[in-house]
This record gives sequence, C-alpha cells and structure tokens, in this order.
Amino acid sequence: MTQETRGGEGRGLFIRGMRLVVAYVRMHPRPFLVSVAGSLVFAVSSVLLTTALGRATDQVLRPSFNGPVPAGSIWLAVLALMTFGVGRALGIMFRRYYSGVAGERVMATLRNRVADRYRDLQLQYHRETPTGELLAHMEADVKAAVDVFWPVPFATGVIAMTLLAMGSLLHADPWLALIGLILFPSLALMNRSFAKRMEEPARRAQEDIGEVSAVAHESIDGALVVKTLGREDAETERLAVKARALRDDRVRGGYVRATFEAGLDALPTLATALLLAVGSWRVAAGAITVGELIGFVALFGLLSWPMRFIGWILAELPRAVVGYARLEEVFRTSVTLNPPAHPEELPAGPLGIEVLGVRHLYDGVPILDGVTFDVRPMESVAIVGPTGVGKSTLAQLLVRLADPDQGRVLVGGVDVRDADTIALRHDVSIVFQESFLFATTVRENIALDADVAEADVVRSAMIASADRFIRELPQGYDTVVGERGYTLSGGQRQRVALARALVRAPRVLILDDATSSVDPTVEADILAALRRELSTTLIVVAYRLSTIRLADRVIFLENGVVKATGPHEDLLARAPGYAAIIHAYERGERGER
Amino acid sequence: MSTVVELLADDEDAKVPEHLKGAFAVLGRGIKESPELRTGLGFTVIVSLGVTVASLVTPVLVQQIFDKGFAPTFNARFVYGRCAAAFLLVVLAFVAARAAGRRLVRASENALMHLRVRTFRHIHALSIAEQSEEKRGVFVARVTADVDALQEFMEWGGVAWIISGAQAIGALLLMLFYSWQLATAIVLLLIPLLIVVWSMQARLSAAFNAARTRVGEMLSEVSESVMGAAVVRAYGLDEQTHDKVEHAISERYKAEVLAHFRAATFWPMSSIFYAVALSTVIVLGSVYGRSWGLTFGRVSAFLFLADVFLHVFTDLPEIYSETQTAIAGWRKILAVLDLDIEVVEPANGVALPRGALSVEAEDVRFAYREGAEVLHGITLSVPAGRHVAIVGETGCGKTTFAKLMSRLADPLAGRIVIGGVDLRDVQSDSRRTRIRMVPQDGFLFDSTVRENVRYGRPAATDPEVEASFVELGLSDWVAGLPEGLATPVGERGEALSVGERQLVALARAQIGDPGLLILDEATSAVDPATERRITEALRRLSAGRTVITIAHRLSTAEGAQRVFVFDAGRLVQEGTHGELVIAGGRYAALYRSWLGNVRDADAAGADEGEGEPARTQT
Repeated sequence: MTQETRGGEGRGLFIRGMRLVVAYVRMHPRPFLVSVAGSLVFAVSSVLLTTALGRATDQVLRPSFNGPVPAGSIWLAVLALMTFGVGRALGIMFRRYYSGVAGERVMATLRNRVADRYRDLQLQYHRETPTGELLAHMEADVKAAVDVFWPVPFATGVIAMTLLAMGSLLHADPWLALIGLILFPSLALMNRSFAKRMEEPARRAQEDIGEVSAVAHESIDGALVVKTLGREDAETERLAVKARALRDDRVRGGYVRATFEAGLDALPTLATALLLAVGSWRVAAGAITVGELIGFVALFGLLSWPMRFIGWILAELPRAVVGYARLEEVFRTSVTLNPPAHPEELPAGPLGIEVLGVRHLYDGVPILDGVTFDVRPMESVAIVGPTGVGKSTLAQLLVRLADPDQGRVLVGGVDVRDADTIALRHDVSIVFQESFLFATTVRENIALDADVAEADVVRSAMIASADRFIRELPQGYDTVVGERGYTLSGGQRQRVALARALVRAPRVLILDDATSSVDPTVEADILAALRRELSTTLIVVAYRLSTIRLADRVIFLENGVVKATGPHEDLLARAPGYAAIIHAYERGERGER
Repeated sequence: MSTVVELLADDEDAKVPEHLKGAFAVLGRGIKESPELRTGLGFTVIVSLGVTVASLVTPVLVQQIFDKGFAPTFNARFVYGRCAAAFLLVVLAFVAARAAGRRLVRASENALMHLRVRTFRHIHALSIAEQSEEKRGVFVARVTADVDALQEFMEWGGVAWIISGAQAIGALLLMLFYSWQLATAIVLLLIPLLIVVWSMQARLSAAFNAARTRVGEMLSEVSESVMGAAVVRAYGLDEQTHDKVEHAISERYKAEVLAHFRAATFWPMSSIFYAVALSTVIVLGSVYGRSWGLTFGRVSAFLFLADVFLHVFTDLPEIYSETQTAIAGWRKILAVLDLDIEVVEPANGVALPRGALSVEAEDVRFAYREGAEVLHGITLSVPAGRHVAIVGETGCGKTTFAKLMSRLADPLAGRIVIGGVDLRDVQSDSRRTRIRMVPQDGFLFDSTVRENVRYGRPAATDPEVEASFVELGLSDWVAGLPEGLATPVGERGEALSVGERQLVALARAQIGDPGLLILDEATSAVDPATERRITEALRRLSAGRTVITIAHRLSTAEGAQRVFVFDAGRLVQEGTHGELVIAGGRYAALYRSWLGNVRDADAAGADEGEGEPARTQT
C-alpha cells in the first residue's frame, strides 16, 4: 500500500516536473530547440565516428599489414574521422551553449517576475518575510526550479545515441546487441539507484551544514558574552556536536559514492571484456568484421561517460518542483494597494492631515479601532501611547504604505487613496526608527536620486547634526557607507536618514521614533535645530520626553483609540494614563537607580 | 543575507601573511595540520596505482586478441581466457577502489571536522582586539565555507594528481612498449592540446569569476531593495530600485552566458583531439606500420591508448582548479590559526578576594590590531564598593576600557589591578565569576531562560537560578513568561524584547555573585514597564558591589558617586557630578546640552527627588 502510494507520488512528481520543463520551453523555445538539435548532431556524429573507425580498420589499417593501401582510401578514412569528430564537437558546442542560454533566459525571466512582485507587494509583506527568504526566492529557488531544465537537451542526445547504438548493434549482430541491452539499462539503473541512495545523506548533510553555520554565527556574534562567561570550551563542544553529525552524514554519503564511482568505472570495462569475448567469437564465425568489433568497443567507450549523468535529471525533479512551488507562492501573493484611477493633486501650501474613523487589523486583531484626529497645517504634533498601540502603523497609513481596513486618511483634504502616490510621498516624508542606508555615498543616501543642490544636502545634514561627523569620514560626503563601505553607528545612521527627509523640504514630516539611537545630548541639538529651521507640518511618534516637548500638541493613543489630545502639560494634569507613561519615560531618561 | 556579506567580506580579506604566500608552503602546512589525512594514506595510494592498471585493460585486451587470438585461426581458449582474466582484474580493481574510496572519505571528513572545531576554538581564544564587528562574518566563513572548500580536494583532487600521473605514465610506458614511433606522435599531439586547454581554461575561469561577481552584485542589489523596502516606498524610489535590480539581473545573465560560451568552446576540444589522434594512428599505422615492424593488434591498441592518455590531460585543469580552491581555503584558515593568542592565562593564578573589589588602572594604553592607539594612558582608582560612571562621546574609548577591565584583552602598556591583584595574575575561573561585564545588547544563546542564566555559573542548581530572579525582584516577570524559566529565548534571544534580554543578562550576572560589575548602559529605549523592572533589578544587583557604569545618559552619571570623563582616549576630568558641573569644561558642556533636553519634565514637577542638583544649577 505504501509502496503504491509512493509510486503514485513519484509519477505525479514526474509529470509535474515534465510540465515545468514544457513551460520553460514555451518561455524561450528557440535556444532550447537549437540545443536539442546540437545534441542530436552529437549523437549521430558519435555513432558515425565509431562506424567510420570500424570501416577504416577494415579497409585501411588491416589490409595495410598485407600490402600497401592506396593513399586515396587513407585520406578518405581521415576525412570521415575528422568530419564526424568535428561534427561531434560542434554538436557539443551548440548543445552546451544554447542550453546555457535557454536556462539563463528562463532564470532571468523568473527573476524579473520575482523582482516585479517585490516592487508591487505591500511593505507589510517585506516586513513579515525574513530577508534571507526573499533572497532565497531570487537565487536558490530559481536555481532549483530551473536545474531540471539544463540537462534536458543532453539527455535527449544520450537517449538518441543509445537508441542509435542499439540499432547499429542489432543491425550488426543480435548477440552483441544483447550485451548492449544489458549494459545500457544497468548503467541507467545504477545511476538512478545512486541518486536515490544519495538523496537522504545529501539532504541530511545539507541540514547539518546549516546547523554548523548557525552555531558558528551565533557563537561568534556573541563572542563578548562567550568570553566574559568563559564559555569558550562549552561553545566549542556545541559546535563539535554539529560538526560530528555533519561528518557522519557526509561519510555515509561518501561511502555510497565510493561504491558507485568504482562501479561506474568498472561496469563499462567489464562490458567491453564481454564484448570482446563474444565479438571475437562472432568474428571467427564470420558474422561481423574485426573493424566492426573495434568500432563497437570504441562506441561503448564513448557512451559509458554520458550515461553517468542521466540519473541526475531524475534526481533533480523533486527539487525543481519544490523550488517552483515556492516561487509560485510569491507570484500568487496578492497586491492590495491599488493605484488611484484618477490621481488627484495635493493643494499648494502647507498641508493639514485628517484621520477619520481609521480601523486597522493586524493578524485579525484590530490595533487601531476608530482613530480620529486632525493636524492643522504647520502644527507640530506628538503621537504618544504604550508599546504596541499601533503608533508606527498609524504613521505608515499617513503616507499610504498600507491602507486602513476602515476609515479614511486625508492629506490636504485629499484622500490618500486618490492621491498620486509618488507625489504624496514626495510631499509627506517619513523617517523610520530603523534607518536603512544604501550601499553608496553619504551624499547619494541623502539626495536619493533626486536633483538636489549641494548646499541643500549640507544644510539638511547640519540640521540633523550630521554635517560634522560626515566631514570627519575618510572621504566626507563621498564616503561609501553600508554593506561594503564604512560602517556608521546606529545614531549616525539615524541622522543621515533624517537629513534625507529634510533635504526634500517636505510639507509634512513624520518622525517615527527617528532619533532613538542618537546620544541624548546630540538629540537635543537636533530638536532645537528642527524647531528653529523647519517650516512644515510635523508629526512625531515619540518615546522620549525630549521629543514630546517639541510638539505643540500631543495625541495620546490607548486601546486603539485617541484617549486625549491637547498640550503636554494639560494632558499630564487630566489624562492619568498619559501621566503614567510620561513618568515612566522620565524615570528611564533619568536613569533612576 | 549573511551569505552575501560573507561572500563580500571574503573578497576583501586579501591580506596574506608572508609565510603563507607560496602555494606549496600552504599545501604542505595544510596537510601537516591535518594528521588524520595520513593514516592509511599509503593504502589509498597503492590501491589507486593498482586501479590505474584497470584503465589499461581495454587496449591490452585488444592487442592480445588481435595479435594472438586469431593467429592463425581463432583460439577460443586463449581469447576467452584473456577476457576472463581481464574481467577478474576489473572486479578486483572495483573492490580495491571502493575500499580506498571509503577510507579516503573517512579520513578527509575526519580531518575537516577536526580542522573546523580547532579553528573555531582558536577564534574564541583570540583576544577581543581581534573581534571587530566586520571580522565576525569573516570568522564564520573560516569555519564554514573555507573548511568546505577543502572537501573536494581532500576527497578527490589530491588523489587525482596521483592517479592521473600514474595513468599518464602507465599509458606512456605501454605505448612505448608497443611502438615508440606512434608513442612519439601521440606525445607530440599533446603539446598543442595542452596549450589550447590551458589557455582556454584561464579564460574560462575568468568568465566564471566574473559571473560569480555579478551574482554577488545582483544579490546585494536585491537585498538592498528588500531590506530598504520601507525607505524605497516612502521616498517613491520604487521604479529606480526596480530598474537597478533588473539591470543587475540582466548583467548577471550576460556574464553567465559568456561563461557558458567559453565552456561550450572548451569542452568540445577533447573531441576534436580524439578524432585527430584516431586519424594519426590510422595514417601512421597503415603507411609505416609494416616497415616499423608493428602488428595490427598493437596499432589497434593505440586507438584506445591514445584516448586514455589524452583524457588525463583534459582532466588536469579541473584538478588544478580544485587544488587552487583548496589552497585558497587553507591559506585563509591557516592565517587564522597563526594569529597569536594574546591573553594567556596564568599558570598559578591567584583567586580574587571575597566581597566588593577595588579597581586600579595604571597608565593603561591600548590599540586594536592594525589600528592606532585608542587609550593613551588611563590612570584611575575606584575603591571597593563605590558606584562610579564613565562618560564621554561615542568613540572616546570608554567601552574599550570596560573590555580591558574584564580582561577581554590585555593593555599594551600599564596594568589593571583588581582587588589588589594584577589582572594578568588572576585565576580565570575566579575572574569570570567575580568580575562580571553586562554588555548593553544582552546577548542570549538559543536555549531557555534558565540555561542562559546558568551560563553565569554552570554549577548552579535550578533553585539557585530561580533565586537569582527573586533576589532581583523579577519573580513576577518570570511568572508571566509562557513557560516560566523553561521559556526558549530563540536565536540570539530574539524571542524576548530588548529589555527582557537585559533582565536575563542581569540575572546571569547576579548568579555569579560578582565583586565588580561593569555595566554597559543600553542606549535604545525600552517600554516603560520593563524599564522600571530593569531599574529596580539594577539597584538590587548593585548593592554591596563595586559598580562601574559606562554611561550613555548623563542622568546615570548624576546618580553616581564619582564620574570619570573620557575624551579621545584620555581621562580628562573626574569628580562628583556637582563638582564637575561647577568646574566647567567638558562635562559641564555635555551636561548643559543634555539639560536643555529634559528641562520641561522637571518644570512639570512630575518627578520625585534626585533631580535636585540639576535644578539648582539652572
């Protein structure tokens, strides 16, 4: 019963895998077909080469030991051998190159489709999916999904070659055909069984290496703690356990491989010995010529090598199907932020914001449950509330990084759903707590492709208290930061991110805890400069008293609704929940012991 | 993500120590460092040489049968006898090759495992002077990717040199035995083949390297686009970013296709040479065979010998590149193993006294490896039981100083004396329990809350772990955890919030009963409830102990009994908060700018006590 189910599953997998191959062929048919044609040329040339070798032996080489052979037949033999030799080479060339092109094109197509999705999907998707997974879709999954495709032309050629070889063996002598009939399927079966027996240890070893790497990562990242606690030996033992498991699984796989490698080397030679024994008898019986026998020995030699690889295609099938399934998931994820049908312009001048009855679910639970407030043009407002109350979500709704489940957000009287998104985000800038810098220069990170005057970049950096440290960097504003470049501290990154928002002279500026990693003394300078230099509507999501102080008015969120609003001192007096939070912040800032 | 970073980090780490420059030196050292490889190596080599014989079975058999099996009539006994002997020989070779292959795998995997573990241990033994943030990725790569780079060489490439050499020599000898003239012709044919193969190989690997670089670039571009998704969207960079990704995908496509093209022209070469070799044998054999005194069988044998011989040389580039990969891997690993362990534990260490510990620093200087001096002679003294704070701007050296106090590295000059004992003479166990540094990130290991606390004193019992939380007033927090002390904290402790990780780190410190606490204050804000818990736990943890706080908030300094002000690697001021504010200078400047920041809170009168000195000063 289990046997049957597995067989059924295997067939299903096979069919799904083949469907994938067909789909890929449809994507880019031309290089694929050229490649298959090349492979067939290779197959035919290979068989013809050995036939020519046999003929040359019979008509040139052998007679030459009884007396001189005419030069014409010698050159004819050379011509034939070289023609088929070059034909074979050309066949390999076309097959290899065009199957490469076909595979790379399919991969590029899939990658572009993934990239399209990454652009169109909501921010929430990116927030919820680990970066590693997003990268894996782009690289490992695409590769796995297409790996089954590469060898298809090759396999076609090998199958054609095997059939041709069997045909020519049958044509020459049924006894020799019998040997072929034994050898070829047993090579294919051996391969298949090898691939199967390798699957488990290979998969386990793959997992083991992941675990080794996870332990190494964690332990080396935590080196400070490892050393202060004197856990070096314990940590080494932790790694050793994983390393031993990896060794054991690799040895298991290596044992299988050792057997099969040796077997794959031996089998064709065994078959050749058999072929020579039977063939000599057939030569003696007058059924075949010596040349034909030599040709067949050469043919066995040419065939045994590619036969080694045919089992691998079948082994790739499950991986391909799984890889493609993961990609399909990305393709299927729905895009819910629809662009407006008739984008409206935002009015000129300072902008106000109205939030009307906004309700927003997170994992099915409402975190904003009917939030209503407004911010007048040029007003500065602090949004305060306990952790997890949805302050950051609210900030994101204001620039339409997501749409509320109910209610409306108006900027300058225009519903953000009707506003041109790009224009909206140009006029309304948001700065996040996690400040992401691109791997480019500081200047580029501030200007962000926009055409901004040098003076503006510097001025923004000065307001953000970033100018001084930027000038002290190795190449000043031209210093490359991020992944490969100079590493900035968290506070420095936040200051660059702030300058990035300021340089665009936004009409509304939203700071979502954007100075949390900045030294408090520097933060004070920044806030003072913002107050002095900025003429914009300002919304800050604040965790520090110092930041709250900046605002004309506080909007206090609690339990998904606006609990109170008004100047800081007022709220302290009349909203007990607010006072409690402020006192807690204060204690934190004063570092009370 | 990490893989991309590692990929890039690896490229940059091009600094090679002088003694690891030569390829043979590296290879020799590498093999010496793995004695596991040697046990039974002789067996493998002998068997491999024996297996070489099997590859010559076909030509010999052809020669024997056509020269002797049909002379003058078909000699069935001879032919079948030879075939049976060949059959048997190949079966024997199979058995031997299988055994040798298994031994090789066993020895190699053992060697890799030991090398991995040893390198890892060495990395942890290095002083903190080596452990910069950028280097972590490199170190991880050393024990993962770099060790794995040796696998192919150990399990195949190394022995392949021997086998290929034996095959080439065996085939050559046999060819010379059959006909030195034909042998010469085949060897001459080898010259153009080698030239073509090696020149194409260089271009091929260049193309593959270029493709690998494009893969790295594509992944960086993609990772920027997804990691920066919020900024990309909020600043309307969607299209530009998407274009960049598409461009990177297409650049990669082009590079890969070029590599495919070069590979596609490389491999068919052997097919052409095969045809040339066959033609050569046919022409020379049929024209001169008789006059050179050859037989049909011998010439036929060349049709197969030439293939064996030439094949060896088409395999060489691959073996060579495998060896290169291994040498590169070994070079990187050996460079790590050759880093000196700077912090050497004393042979007869002294235990630290009980109770609170005093701290003295005498003209302490320090520089990170390959860097300028960061501490320029720090001298300070903290009596036992005192609570002090060290303040200063980011990069002033205060965190480095804290690391020296817990001996994560030794000063380059000067000394640190704790509890009256030079830190270098303190027993390692005593140092680790009595001096406890609590880093600001509260790093936890992927285990339970209980285990993470127990790391602070491995011998601690479950009740003692629990007691440490009770002592810090955290029993209610533990009770609120889903599985209490058995709650898993996740990788790097990420299942807990930043503040909660701090709580566990504090309990971990408490259980060791340290006499000196070094607290690296956290900069990021945590939620108020946790903040309150941390404050209370810290108060209890500090009681009766010497506490040195690396302060990021001036309010902490305000509450300390003495404040040390660091600036650019020097101690510029010390005194109580009040004294320093009055004295003016660096501290007063820092304080004024901080004060402007929280003034309103005081004005609102929302706090009780302790803010006094600040207010009097304004």
